[in-house]
Amino acid sequence: MRRPQNLRPAAAAFLGFARLLRDHAFAIAPEQIASFMQAVTLLGPRSMTDIREAALATLAPSPDRRGEFEAHFRAYFHGDARPAIEGDEDDETRVKDDRGAREEEKQLARQEKGGELSSALEQLSNRDFQRDADGLGQFRRKLTSALPARRSFRTTRTRSRGTLDLRRSLSEIVSADGDIPSPLLRRRQAVPRKLLLLIDVSGSMKLHTADYLKLAHAAVQGADRAEVFTFGTRLTRVTSALRIRDREQALARAATLVDDWDGGTRMGPTLLAFLSVPRFSAFARGACVVILSDGLERGSHAELEIAMRRFSARAFRLSLASPLAGDPRFRPATAALHAVLPVLDDLVDGSSVGSLTDFILSLARPAPAAASIWKRVS
Amino acid sequence: MANADAVEVAASPEAIAARLAASCYLADDSLATAIFLAVRLGKPLLLEGAPGVGKTEAAKAVAQLLDRELVRLQCYEGIDAGHALYEWNYQRQLLAIRHAGEHEVDIYDDRFLIARPLLQVLRAPGERVLLVDEIDRSDHEFEALLLEFLSDFQISIPERGTIRAATQPIVILTSNRTRELAEALRRRCVYHWIGYPNAQREAEIILLRAGDVAEATARAVANAVQEIRARPLAKPPGIAEAVEWANAATILEKGGSPWPEAFRRAIGVLIKDEEDLSAIAPELGRIVEEALA
Repeated sequence: MRRPQNLRPAAAAFLGFARLLRDHAFAIAPEQIASFMQAVTLLGPRSMTDIREAALATLAPSPDRRGEFEAHFRAYFHGDARPAIEGDEDDETRVKDDRGAREEEKQLARQEKGGELSSALEQLSNRDFQRDADGLGQFRRKLTSALPARRSFRTTRTRSRGTLDLRRSLSEIVSADGDIPSPLLRRRQAVPRKLLLLIDVSGSMKLHTADYLKLAHAAVQGADRAEVFTFGTRLTRVTSALRIRDREQALARAATLVDDWDGGTRMGPTLLAFLSVPRFSAFARGACVVILSDGLERGSHAELEIAMRRFSARAFRLSLASPLAGDPRFRPATAALHAVLPVLDDLVDGSSVGSLTDFILSLARPAPAAASIWKRVS
Repeated sequence: MANADAVEVAASPEAIAARLAASCYLADDSLATAIFLAVRLGKPLLLEGAPGVGKTEAAKAVAQLLDRELVRLQCYEGIDAGHALYEWNYQRQLLAIRHAGEHEVDIYDDRFLIARPLLQVLRAPGERVLLVDEIDRSDHEFEALLLEFLSDFQISIPERGTIRAATQPIVILTSNRTRELAEALRRRCVYHWIGYPNAQREAEIILLRAGDVAEATARAVANAVQEIRARPLAKPPGIAEAVEWANAATILEKGGSPWPEAFRRAIGVLIKDEEDLSAIAPELGRIVEEALA
C-alpha cells in the first residue's frame, strides 16, 4: 500500500479503508477522508463502534449501499472473510466512452480516400434522401421546443407578463433623478430539460436498433443537450459519434464504437454501471430519460429494479419504450417489467420510429403514471 | 472551528444524547455521534430519512440543546436567491428618496436590507441554528447556490460587499430523498440516515410525545405500527402518525369505545392513503389484537 511519509502508522489503516471503498466504486473525496480521520480522533476512539459511526457519518455511503459498506467494514477492520460482493468484481460491466474515438477518426478519414468507398457513401446518402420522408427531419426541428422545460434560476428582461424588476427599475429611477419611468419587468427563463436515450442493442432488439440509432442521431442534432448510450452486455457512449451532421457517417462511426451488437442482455448491471459513473449519472439528474428496450432481462431482475429505482429518483421523467408494447395483446406481465412498473412514468410503444417520435415530442405534456394506465388495461 | 460554547455543550456523544432527551427528543447513539461530529468538525449535518421519522424535530432539538434560535428555510420548487439570501426593501428605498429631497441618502443602508434566512444566520452565527428543510424539493441551481454558501459561509451583496460569518454557523439540512442530492453537497456534510426506530424505542417516543397515553397503549401502538410498516404500503406510517394514533385511540377509549375497537376507528390518523387502507383493513383486527396481547 502506498503511504505518505508523514502519516502515522495508526492512521494508515483509515486511509486504507477509504481506498478500499474507492476501489469498490464508492465516491469518496479527499476531504471526506480527512474528516473521517478527524472524526475518529475526536471520538477517542473508544471502540470499533466509534470508528464505524465516524465512517458512516463522514464517508456518507448512500442508504442503498449500506449493506455493502458494512460488509467491507467488517472485512477490513474485523478481518472477517472477504465479503461475498467481491465476486462481482470479475464480471463488472465495462463502460466505454467514445472519447477514445480519435484513432478511428483518422482511420475513417484515410478510408474515405479510396474511390470504392466514396461511391458507397454516395449510394448511402441517396437512401438517406429518400428516407427523410419518415419525419425525422421534422422531429429534429420540433424537438427543442417540445421537450419539457424547467424554470431557470436566471431571469430575462421582458416587456410583458413578468414581475416588476425592482432592482433595475430603482437604478433607472435614481439615474432619472427620482422620476418614475415605465416600470421594467423580468421573468424567469424557461430552459428545455436534458434528454437521455439509452438504447438496448442486444440480440432480441436486432430489428429495431438501426431505427433507434437514426432517431438518436436526429435527437442529438436537434436538442441542446442530449446524450445517447447503447447497452447490451456493456455500456457505450455514442453521443459524440452522433454529433456528426451527416447521418450515415455518424451511424457508421457509432457502429464501430459499439462492441456488443446483437449479443446478450445484462440490463440491470449495465444500467447500474451507468449510474456509478458520476458524470453520467449527473446527466440523468432532472433529465427526461427514455430507455429503448424490450425489458427482457436474463436471470434475476433484482439489479434492474434497483437501477430503475435510482433512475427514477434522479430523472424528471423515466420512460421505457418497448417494441413489444406495440402489440394490442401486450401486458407488462414478465417479472422484470412487473417489478419496475411502479417506478416508471411511461411504458409506451417503441415498435416504430413514428410512434417513438410522437411520444418524445409529447414528453412535456403530463400523463398518468405507467402503473395506473396498465392497471386499467389489464 | 465551531464556537466555544457549542463545543462546551458537545463534550461527547453521550452528553448530547442526554441533553436531547432533556428536550424531549430520543436520539440513538449514531444520531448523537453525527450531531457531535457536525458541531466539533464545524460541518453542516445532512439528515436523510423517510417522511415522518423526525428529521425536522431533530433540528429543533439541536437548536434547543445549544440554546439558540432556529432559523428555518423551507425549500420548494422555484425557491430563489431573493427568498434565501436577501432582498432590498425597494418601497422603503423609494420613500426615502422622496423624503430626502435635496439631501443625500444612502439607499443601500442596513435599514433597507431585508435579511432572509441565510443572511440572518450569517449575521449572528453564535445565536442561531440554520435549518434548510426538505432540500430535495428545491431546484439544482439552488443546491449549487447553497453549496457555495456552505463552503465559505459568506454572501456577496454587490452594493455592500461581502458579508462573512464571524464564526462557523451550525447548519442542518434535511432531505426526504425524493431525488438524490448532488455528490458535492453530500461530501461537504456530516451524514446521517434516520431510520424507523425499533418497537421499544418507538414506545418510549410515544410516551414522551403524546399527551396522556398509558404505557400499555404506547407499547401496543408501537408493536402494531412495526407490523404495519413491514407491509408493502405506498406510504408507511411515520413516528408522528404513530403518536397521533396513540392519542386518537386514547381519546376514543375515554369516549366509550372498547380497546381494539378504538384502535380500528382511529386508523385514519395513521394511514392516509385509500389503497393502503383497503390493503390493511382485513388484517387490521388481527394486528391490533396481537399487539395488545
